[in-house]
Amino acid sequence: MPKLSYLRALNRALGDEMERDPAVFVLGEDIRLALTNTTTGLLDRFGPQRVVETPLSEQGFTNFATGAALAGLRPVVEYQIPFLLLLVFEQIANQANKFSLMSGGHTAVPVTYLLPAAGWRSAWGAQHSDEPYSMFPHAGVKTVVPATPADAYGLFTSAIRDDDPVVVFAPIAALGLREDLVAADLGPVPLGVGRVHRPGRDVTVVAVGHLVHDALAVADELADQVSVEVFDPRTLYPFDWDALAASLDKTGRLVVIDDSNRSCGIGAEVLATAAEEMRLIAPPKRITRPDGAILGFSPELDLALQPSRQQLATAIQHVVKDGG
Amino acid sequence: MTEPAQPLPEDLYRTIRLIRRFEERAIDLVRSGDIASGIHPCIGQEAVAAGLGAALRRDDIVMANHRGHGHLLAKGSDPGRLFAELAGRLTGVARGRGGSFHPSDFSVGVFGSTGTVGHGAPMAAGVAWALARAGSDRVAVSIFGDGAVSQGALLESLNLAALWKVPVLFVCENNGYATTLPVETAVAGTITGRAAAFGIPAGTFDGMDPETVFTAAAEGVARARAGEGPTFLEFSTYRFDGHHTFEHVTRLRYRDEDEVAKWRSRDPLGIQGGRILAGQRQRIDEEIEALLDAAVQFALDSPRLRPAEASDYLYATGLQVRGGVADYA
Repeated sequence: MPKLSYLRALNRALGDEMERDPAVFVLGEDIRLALTNTTTGLLDRFGPQRVVETPLSEQGFTNFATGAALAGLRPVVEYQIPFLLLLVFEQIANQANKFSLMSGGHTAVPVTYLLPAAGWRSAWGAQHSDEPYSMFPHAGVKTVVPATPADAYGLFTSAIRDDDPVVVFAPIAALGLREDLVAADLGPVPLGVGRVHRPGRDVTVVAVGHLVHDALAVADELADQVSVEVFDPRTLYPFDWDALAASLDKTGRLVVIDDSNRSCGIGAEVLATAAEEMRLIAPPKRITRPDGAILGFSPELDLALQPSRQQLATAIQHVVKDGG
Repeated sequence: MTEPAQPLPEDLYRTIRLIRRFEERAIDLVRSGDIASGIHPCIGQEAVAAGLGAALRRDDIVMANHRGHGHLLAKGSDPGRLFAELAGRLTGVARGRGGSFHPSDFSVGVFGSTGTVGHGAPMAAGVAWALARAGSDRVAVSIFGDGAVSQGALLESLNLAALWKVPVLFVCENNGYATTLPVETAVAGTITGRAAAFGIPAGTFDGMDPETVFTAAAEGVARARAGEGPTFLEFSTYRFDGHHTFEHVTRLRYRDEDEVAKWRSRDPLGIQGGRILAGQRQRIDEEIEALLDAAVQFALDSPRLRPAEASDYLYATGLQVRGGVADYA
């Protein structure tokens, strides 16, 4: 089997779910021609009733998807640009995600929101470079950020099958990743279950999305000094707190690397929960974008605002030293 | 399912009377504290709900709004279960989780009432599109006020519905005010002009006369069922009470008494009541009182919710979430 790319994994998961369940359909902008490559070949396979090209009308078609879900379908809505999730935050957090409770459990809204372009791409400017995944856990919306092609396939599949709204963030920096996979490797990955990519004894590094690969690289670099465990939560909400606690029971030291802005990012939640409830023998650290970061047009400035391997290596060395 | 027949005059009167007295009793329950916070009464606007409800089949779908009690009752909701919902009881149509603001009743096809003004319209379009795609001839209706007609999401839904010939009715209850804002100071152009811009057939009708409402709604429903796409109906109406019961306390003044008196002279209860015999009217009134006596009693006798149930139904999958304090166990 040839190597499977992250993008192709998303495309394959969507096609497989549409094949499996006639209630699944996809809507969004430029999806007939598969501008983002996630819908490649689907129009020919499934036709325009299941690959629904929309005008630029995000608030309208996000609520439209909620309605279709109330009527029994399983919409997958694609957004091209991170800020569009800010534009439709109300429609996801205040509409779709509240219908189960507001109806007293009489209905469900099984919509999947796919953002196959989360984060920074060089020189695309201040309004195309956000990483808004931490907003959704705050609002109680299920949120996944797959780091690998197999997890992209598996988490996207589970998101589509889930009866609640789920937002799928696919980081731009991970889209080109390829993995040697056989068909048997592809299957649903349950929501809310983290993954230890590399076991270690001294420090737990919680890494989100594409930063998992940076964490693995740093762990390799530091292998002769410190034994680093790399933990990928995969789902930010619901978070796999039990698995994090098990890791910290072993290491007692925590560093988080997270592409969110610093205030109220998921890294803050991980540190707070670990500090309140888990075993820590040294003060934890987090590496994030700065507060209110605006990544603009200049690559030098933008890179300076993003979490780096050097920052991670330094933080790991600090928590090891602090812990004695 | 067969199409609803032309409603009998007494049936339309009965629905209007039911809604009117339901709302008046709900206001009593707000005053007694049995309904927390308050309600948005639809007193004066009952003819729209009654005429529209009569034009719909039971399996058609309605997305209502914050002034929605009448829409639920006209669609067939049980008054006792609706009072129970308003009083936050387990026996409510949404198990006490929707309240007056967001009631839904899936047993009669009311899928919800959103508080974001105008945003039910794209949802109703989505519902209708999904029903048509499944090969059914069911239709969906979005009901909103004049305050909704400049919301982007509503205008976007007109575009989508027209583009895709969605079997949806957009029903605007123009009661002249968005809370306190007069419609003349809020709407550039006309309300129906918005629909016309998207090529959607639109008309303005007397919303105080339930027979007029029925006729207009039935035509729109027939178009939708025939696959001819959306229709936009504007009904001129008036609310005799405040935007919300908090106005009984705040006494905001934004309408003059002459205007209120002029509209009260066209009370739908009087209009439709005048079309039936006095004895018939009296029998219906008595029947409604007995029904509502029992309904209120049912609601007040129903169990209250327990704090331990606060997170029930938060997720359709039953996901259990962390509480607001750390578990030190």
